[in-house]
Amino acid sequence: MSYGWPILSTVTFLPLVGALLIFALRGDDESAARNARYIALWTTLITFVISLLLWIDFDPTTPKFQFVEERAWLGPIRFHMGIDGISMPFVILTTLLMPLTVLSTYGAIKTRVREFMIAFLMLETLMLGVFCSLDLVMFYLFFEGGLIPMFLIIGIWGGSNRVYASFKFFLYTLAGSLLMLIAILAMYWEAGTTNIPELLAYDFPPEMQTWLWLAFFASFAVKLPMWPVHTWLPDAHVQAPTAGSVVLAGILLKLGGYGFLRFSIPMFPLASVDFAPLIFALSVIAVIYTSLVAFAQEDMKKLIAYSSIAHMGFVTIGIFTLNMQGLQGAIFLMLSHGIVSAGLFLCVGVLYDRMHTHEIAIFGGLVNRMPLYAAAFMIFTMANVGLPGTSGFVGEFLSLLGVYQVNTWVALLAATGVILSACYSLWLYRRVIFGEITNPALNLIQDLSWREIVVIAPLILMTIFFGFHPNPILDVTATSVEALIADFNANLAAAEQGSPAQAE
Amino acid sequence: MTEPLNLLPALPEITLAVGAMALLMIGVGGRNEERGELVLWLSVAVLALAGVFVTMGQGTSIIFANGFIVDPFARMLKVLVLTGAAIALIMSQDFWRHEGGVKFEYPVLLLLATTGMLMMISANDLIALYVGLELQSLALYVVAAFKRDSVRSSEAGMKYFVLGALSSGMLLYGASFIYGFTGSTVFSEIANAAQPSGANLGLIFGMVFLLTGFAFKISAVPFHMWTPDVYEGAPTPVTAFFAAAPKIAAMALFIRVVVSAFPAITDQWQQIVIFLSLASMALGAFAAIGQRNIKRLMAYSSIGHMGFALVGLAAGTEQGVQGVIIYLAIYLVMTLGTFAVVLSLRRDGVMVEEIDQLAGLSRTSPLMALALAILLFSLAGIPPLAGFFAKFYVFLAAVEAGLYALAIIGVLLSVVGAFYYLRIVKIMYFDEPAQEFEPMPRLLAVILGAAGLLIMFFFVYPSPLVAAADAAAKSLF
Repeated sequence: MSYGWPILSTVTFLPLVGALLIFALRGDDESAARNARYIALWTTLITFVISLLLWIDFDPTTPKFQFVEERAWLGPIRFHMGIDGISMPFVILTTLLMPLTVLSTYGAIKTRVREFMIAFLMLETLMLGVFCSLDLVMFYLFFEGGLIPMFLIIGIWGGSNRVYASFKFFLYTLAGSLLMLIAILAMYWEAGTTNIPELLAYDFPPEMQTWLWLAFFASFAVKLPMWPVHTWLPDAHVQAPTAGSVVLAGILLKLGGYGFLRFSIPMFPLASVDFAPLIFALSVIAVIYTSLVAFAQEDMKKLIAYSSIAHMGFVTIGIFTLNMQGLQGAIFLMLSHGIVSAGLFLCVGVLYDRMHTHEIAIFGGLVNRMPLYAAAFMIFTMANVGLPGTSGFVGEFLSLLGVYQVNTWVALLAATGVILSACYSLWLYRRVIFGEITNPALNLIQDLSWREIVVIAPLILMTIFFGFHPNPILDVTATSVEALIADFNANLAAAEQGSPAQAE
Repeated sequence: MTEPLNLLPALPEITLAVGAMALLMIGVGGRNEERGELVLWLSVAVLALAGVFVTMGQGTSIIFANGFIVDPFARMLKVLVLTGAAIALIMSQDFWRHEGGVKFEYPVLLLLATTGMLMMISANDLIALYVGLELQSLALYVVAAFKRDSVRSSEAGMKYFVLGALSSGMLLYGASFIYGFTGSTVFSEIANAAQPSGANLGLIFGMVFLLTGFAFKISAVPFHMWTPDVYEGAPTPVTAFFAAAPKIAAMALFIRVVVSAFPAITDQWQQIVIFLSLASMALGAFAAIGQRNIKRLMAYSSIGHMGFALVGLAAGTEQGVQGVIIYLAIYLVMTLGTFAVVLSLRRDGVMVEEIDQLAGLSRTSPLMALALAILLFSLAGIPPLAGFFAKFYVFLAAVEAGLYALAIIGVLLSVVGAFYYLRIVKIMYFDEPAQEFEPMPRLLAVILGAAGLLIMFFFVYPSPLVAAADAAAKSLF
């Protein structure tokens, strides 16, 4: 399907136009802040509506890249965009979460609203660019460029220890990404191109694959994050403003998983097979260890942050099963987690706006004052646990199904993570929502406002809809995942035939 | 050569030299306070005229008995040097006004220094090299100590002179060895003699001393000691000039000598360059963390950046030289923009140099803070800003040449370096505002704005610079 205009560029760069408009705003603080909010909301909404065209006109029967745009840019590095079944859902997830998040900041962000909206819209462009890029250098540009706005969002609008958290976030991620940059340069000299579709078809020599895989792993493992390089995430989450946490958990973490799917597996199949046990080991440790750590948390955001790391452990397990169920499950889990963790952080944000704390001990008995809130929080908690009937179940179930075919021990250990996640999630829920109100400050707390309902309701609907009817997503990704696996197996077979010959 | 004397290729240098003499006459002809500003603007005009002459040249010509070469490489680097010199000169106007007027000697000395730099870039034998280098250095020793009533400035000039003289001595010593063992001072003939089989210890000995002299001029570790003191002590516009023009000229000279005089013994100088590069990157990254004075910080930052530029040269390939040229061009813009900020930090008429005083700049002067933040993120090499592309091209060359260890250590050190740039951003954006600064002088604001926009939007249309650097690098090989 082709339009008379480059639809992917429009979706990607429209938020940037909004940011420029806000930059041009003048006027006194109050009206400028109001206008900035309006522009940001409308920009993200229009971006979302246009991005829906991508879904409507997407052809799920072909694994090829669609809506492709290509233009000369920098010699061998070309401006090249396109999406397939793996990236398209992430684009929609991003454009969907953004207007909701902007709306959620109306009560939370009171200072320097213009700057916040500019940073936020720039972040949207950069995240969309990551999913749409079909050139490795362009991908890298977007991937790492996202650090700047996120650094500012945490550092300017964050909590009391925001400086430490923002620096840790920035430097950790930068160190990982730069190793990937060296790998990208090496790939350029080896294959003579940075064009992703061509690189997907290129067979890298086995020795080289190992190193390239490790370099990409350094970047994606930090971004995802995997144990033991996850420590930046709890800090970043606790200090970030609600909107920052939502984007971080909802989308930024998925860049790592997306990277594994797009680069590590299809481009370095031999290394992926070799390193799959390492990934399984790290993931299982992550699932169990971070679930236990989550128990010990006194801070709601930190608890959800650790729960995110555990869920990302399922994602990496699913990806490296390298079979249909595992991969589909991993993708679905990432999308579902994008919705559910966004919902959870928004729920925490609702409390933070009222009480200015995330501490669990402050709360208790909220169900008496906030029945609507308690219901919303419950649905997200259940989805986080992976209760059947919520979107969380489908992803976790498929991932476990996939890994069971590969390694039953991994499946067994990972499944304990599901139980642990039920424990800490329900424990959190009980402490915050049930019981008597003991803290007198909570006696006057208000239930969800209309604005908050508008923000949270779509996420609830999707959590339940995709829980009962996951096919719209699974159908879209199926062809691309099948092609990915077929391609992977073909590469593997070719390489295994080739390598004994080389050895002689 | 059938033509006995062709002066046309040297027209830019002649313009500068004659211009400097003429302006000296104008300067002495009247009261200092009145003439100074006139001379400054005329100097800028002379630099611009020289720039026009540079760009009018075409092809490659060698004159003065093989001593002077003008090729695309020289032209590209000369344009950079002239741009840097002219902008540094323009930026100095406001500073000297606050110091009681522009002294006419200042622009004249800078013109002479720039003449020396152009000669360095075009040097094609050891004698021309030395003459250019000394012309540049002697003028710079004087301007470093230009505020003669200030102890710090005099100390800076003295230090610079003593260490500079030492390095010149080493350079000459090395040159004499090279001449002794090859029988020529012309680069192309040295290259003929310096074959891997014929490369004897004496020649390599001489080359090492020669490179030591260059390392001093680009302030590569371990010959960097003068840089922080001179940067801090010299009057701020002089520091801005130091950071921009001479570094580029010295790097150009470095490139030309190793590439055109020692191409056959690349493996001999490559290890030296790799060491200089690693040591500079490491020291630049770690030593800058503790700095509280912004001029000292910029000194360490420049040491680090020269280390990154050397990564490209270490590759020893055409790609690498292209990378270095791109790096220098982008670094020039970043450093001039940063110094435009440093030069405008004034409170109650007094220059402020402490980094902590920038606290909350994003509230008191948001546009200035934004432009500086862009430059700092770019200095840290974060995409999509121009500084990223600078690093991208040098590392591209290093990886092509198989220098993986250098590339990996380099990028990790750039993470360390990112820390102190981020610290300034943090002070400007995260901290509570301190007292406001005086409004930025308009000229400096224009320069800062232009630098910020260039760095920010470089990624939109990067091909002209990349193509020009490519053409320049090709002419050397």
